[in-house]
Amino acid sequence: MKSPILTLKNIGFSYHSIQAQTPALHNISFHINEGEFVAVVGPSGCGKSTLLSIIAGLLAPEEGTISFSNPDGSLAYPRVGYMLQRDHLFEWRTIYQNAILGLEIGKKMTEENRQYVLQLLEDYDLLPFKDKRPSELSGGMKQRAALIRTLATNPQLLLLDEPFSALDYQTRLNVSADICRIIRSQKKTALLITHDLSEAISLADRIIVLTKRPATVKMEVDIHLTIQGESSLAARNAPEFQYYFNLLWEALSNEA
Amino acid sequence: MKHKKPKPELTRQEEYVKKHRRYHHQITWSRMIIFFLFIGLWECSANLGWIDSFFFSSPSRVILCLKDLLLEKSLISHIGITFLETLISFLLVIGLGLLIATLLWHSHKVSEIMEPYLVILNSLPKSALAPLFIVWLGTGTTTIIVAGISVAIFGSIISLYTGFKQVDGEKITLIYTLGGTRKDAFCKVVLPGSIPTILSTMKVNIGLALVGVIIGEFLAARRGLGYLIIYGSQVFQLDMVITSILLLCIMAFGLYKAIQFAEHKMKVQLKL
Repeated sequence: MKSPILTLKNIGFSYHSIQAQTPALHNISFHINEGEFVAVVGPSGCGKSTLLSIIAGLLAPEEGTISFSNPDGSLAYPRVGYMLQRDHLFEWRTIYQNAILGLEIGKKMTEENRQYVLQLLEDYDLLPFKDKRPSELSGGMKQRAALIRTLATNPQLLLLDEPFSALDYQTRLNVSADICRIIRSQKKTALLITHDLSEAISLADRIIVLTKRPATVKMEVDIHLTIQGESSLAARNAPEFQYYFNLLWEALSNEA
Repeated sequence: MKHKKPKPELTRQEEYVKKHRRYHHQITWSRMIIFFLFIGLWECSANLGWIDSFFFSSPSRVILCLKDLLLEKSLISHIGITFLETLISFLLVIGLGLLIATLLWHSHKVSEIMEPYLVILNSLPKSALAPLFIVWLGTGTTTIIVAGISVAIFGSIISLYTGFKQVDGEKITLIYTLGGTRKDAFCKVVLPGSIPTILSTMKVNIGLALVGVIIGEFLAARRGLGYLIIYGSQVFQLDMVITSILLLCIMAFGLYKAIQFAEHKMKVQLKL
């Protein structure tokens, strides 16, 4: 199953204003295999979010190419699910109505998809809250609801842009464990952006370290923790955890 | 502590409720006192000759005039026509305002091109346009409705468009990440997210539409409260003028309350 679903080749991107051109990304190349959970870390403001926007197709790269190969062999742009930093659940919709937003937009409100959303809500303990408004939920529940909204369209690739950064520390640990469990159980390919090294090590199979702006790939680290398959909270106690942490810390410190 | 008293002490909650009720009673009573004091003082000063009731009228003269208007000058149709014209202007303002604000939101370029013109038209005193409307459209209902629209439309376009633009850009990005188009962004985020703005614009507009309709009736009507005011002043029947003004007050208040009620209903329904 180790075929790359996404390949980036020499991606470059700059922001333009009347005064100047600000290069954000330079010569970025990497790939993501199917079913893999990859984390991207880098100094703050290095262009991580720009990278995700490009992969999601919201921005067109100025240089380089992105190619996809779907499991069925087609090269079409896959269904990409993008989870933003804040949940952005709409207060004028119930949790269920928020969850089906993507289906509504894609005009895919079939009975099957409806059942799928209800199943997701049930699996992740939100079914009793399906008719509540977002403001009636806790931060962690809202983030789960946002993930279900992303999963509802059954994306082949999940992009997570620091989806836990708006939460307090304790909630953050729980929610990241939750979300990781959901993504693993749904066997999704995921790309996570974070500035939290512990989070990256405990969640990801592989970590890509970016340099400061203009960002380019500094190194890639495969993560092999001896507590595989356990929860991401337990992963933080793995004997190798400290080694990876120091390795990444060194790499990033040189960039600061 | 034993409760041996026949009247148990009030709990904190009961105390709070009592205080809350007392506050609201005070408000209601104060309002009534002001109203009756004003009416009483007005009537007294007219009767005692402190003011000349020919110019300043008096509550009793207003009531007599009201009776006369009702029985002989078909007051109901005057009120009805003003009410109807205001309602039509208001609905057209909301419809046109939403439509144009949507177009401006849709195209950033168009909105930037139109900005100075909107600012000029909005700050222009619209009563200056009324004589033109008469020449162009004649005297009649059309002119009056157009006058009503002209007073309210530019301000509502600007406030609706500003409301649309204030919608969180990341929520719009979210729609794009779900594969949506700009139309989806408008229908799913911008419009529902702007409902509070739309409702508050409506509250302002109902008053402005009435202002425009009265301006129009001053100049170009044979019916309506605005006509009664102008006619009354021309024949020096100031009772008629003041009675019509009081009726206008009641109408303006009623319209505002109706919109407020609709706003409340909508907010309850949407749980905003």
